[in-house]
Amino acid sequence: MGRYVVRRLLQAIPVLLGTTFLIFTLVYWLPGDPIQALAGDRAVDPVFRATMREMFHLDDPLVVQYGYYIQGIFSGDFGTTFRGLPVSTIFEGKFQITLNLAMTALVIEAIVGIGLGLVAALRRGKATDTAILAFTLLLVSIPTLVSGFVLQLVLGLQLKTSTGIDFFPVAGTSAGWRSYLLPGIVLAGTSIAYLTRLTRTSLMETLRADYVRTAIAKGMPRRRVLGRHALRNSLIPLVTYLGADLGALMSGAVITETIFNLNGIGRQLVDSVYLSENSVVVGIVTVLVLIFIAANLIVDLLYAVLDPRIRYE
Amino acid sequence: MSDTLTEQKPKSVKPPKQKKPASLWSDAWYDLRRSKVFIIAAVMIAVLVVMSIIPGLFSSVNAFDPSTCDLTKARQGVSGLHWFGTDNQGCDTYSRVIYGARISIMVGVFSTLVTTLIGGLLGLLAGFYGRWTDTILSRVAEIFFAIPSTLGALLILALVGRDNAGIWTVVLALSVLAWPMVLRIMRAAVMSAKSQDYVLAARALGAGPGRLMSRHILPNAVAPVIVVATMNMGVFIAAEAALSFLGVGIQSPDISWGLMIADARNRFLQAPEALLFPALFLSLTVLAFVMLGDAVRDALDPKLR
Repeated sequence: MGRYVVRRLLQAIPVLLGTTFLIFTLVYWLPGDPIQALAGDRAVDPVFRATMREMFHLDDPLVVQYGYYIQGIFSGDFGTTFRGLPVSTIFEGKFQITLNLAMTALVIEAIVGIGLGLVAALRRGKATDTAILAFTLLLVSIPTLVSGFVLQLVLGLQLKTSTGIDFFPVAGTSAGWRSYLLPGIVLAGTSIAYLTRLTRTSLMETLRADYVRTAIAKGMPRRRVLGRHALRNSLIPLVTYLGADLGALMSGAVITETIFNLNGIGRQLVDSVYLSENSVVVGIVTVLVLIFIAANLIVDLLYAVLDPRIRYE
Repeated sequence: MSDTLTEQKPKSVKPPKQKKPASLWSDAWYDLRRSKVFIIAAVMIAVLVVMSIIPGLFSSVNAFDPSTCDLTKARQGVSGLHWFGTDNQGCDTYSRVIYGARISIMVGVFSTLVTTLIGGLLGLLAGFYGRWTDTILSRVAEIFFAIPSTLGALLILALVGRDNAGIWTVVLALSVLAWPMVLRIMRAAVMSAKSQDYVLAARALGAGPGRLMSRHILPNAVAPVIVVATMNMGVFIAAEAALSFLGVGIQSPDISWGLMIADARNRFLQAPEALLFPALFLSLTVLAFVMLGDAVRDALDPKLR
């Protein structure tokens, strides 16, 4: 186990370096002079240009520039924009909002997904099962772009105007945890469908296992067989899926945050794209990719802990 | 007794005589033709494809012609003249939705083609040759795979710039990050096919690597790739709409459902039709491809047989 963890960690390093280098190269290989862009159409003072180029290591080879950048990241410094604002100050508070949103989505996803999957597996082949499968098909087909606006209109506004229930705020984070409910549902949408299907297949598989048959044969109550034997064993792939999904949800929050006006990292990314603040864009994408990789790594390790049947050398 | 026996005999012999040795493909096609989901999906996709090739069949208004828009009639509701209402510029939403199908279908089809060809070819090579070919290709794929694709596509398109953005840059941006998934699936399928007896037999008979790959391994490893490719088509279409919505994908005057949603966004509450109809078509298109993928998977997955 220990050796596996070490090996897995070592394996993650080239991926991390490769991915960050890829992103870095993409951004800095592009034509255009960022210093000139600062000045617009006016001529740039050559001394200022030289100082700026020196400051941002623009005259060094790409690999050296990347070296400086990665060195900064490991000491928590994401560089500064060409306008002189440290990228980490732009990040402040925004990661919290995106994390809150992703966590809300994860909780909704876990409750709804596992619940629906459980019901479908127990009612296998019956009308309920078919209905749930059809529902997941529908859920997968509705992009967040669509569900976001539709739920905003129906739950956020029409519910309020027709019944007076003002439970789902449609924008901003001023209403505390409730502000995350509607965007959370929207963000969780597709993942709910996948989790439902995963729960269904996983549980159906364990329900067929010999130990479940034995438990039923020895007269154990059905509820207890389900809880102690079947569910517990089919939870393993679900937990790992949920873990890996946290990273995906955080990077998928871009659209949801834009629709619901949440001032998180995703919206900042879109804003920075508009303003061509490349250093911010690279910073955000790098951090999100790091989270994505870390989540997958943790899940891989968790798999070995959760399922003692899996042995890694 | 003897009578019934002689009567029964030809009955029990007949079916195996008539049946040709069914391949995975003919079995799958047999299943597909009987699947309701497949038929519904195929009809929807056929309509969408016709819509994207000859939009004039569905709408008498040419949505690319700005003179058909009337600013004095902006943001009207559903009416006999404008089935889906009008947008901010007073353009007919129905005809724009019809003309918008082309971009979605094209992005879906071409992104799938590019990723399947690149990922499939590299996966075939990695799986077949193994050793350092596999190590290098898999490591490179891992690096690309670690970047979430919408995020990566957003980054690429943002850097390319709005002036250069168009359908081909969107296809490129989506494909660059999506091919590793195909590679992984193809590689796994090739690796399991490679050690099968019939492949070993062909090798023993002196078949070269090219022949082994094209005649023996590929036909038996391509099924899971086809399943993923069909499912990906819907994902790409949704991603294109998302990127266009964020302003980095398709640019006006081209018509894309994502772009229409972005345009209608600010007046959403006053004129929801302009947003809801492209959204509906987007969902229906994705649904059609998801259903197709589901049906194809059910037909091709031997485990479910």
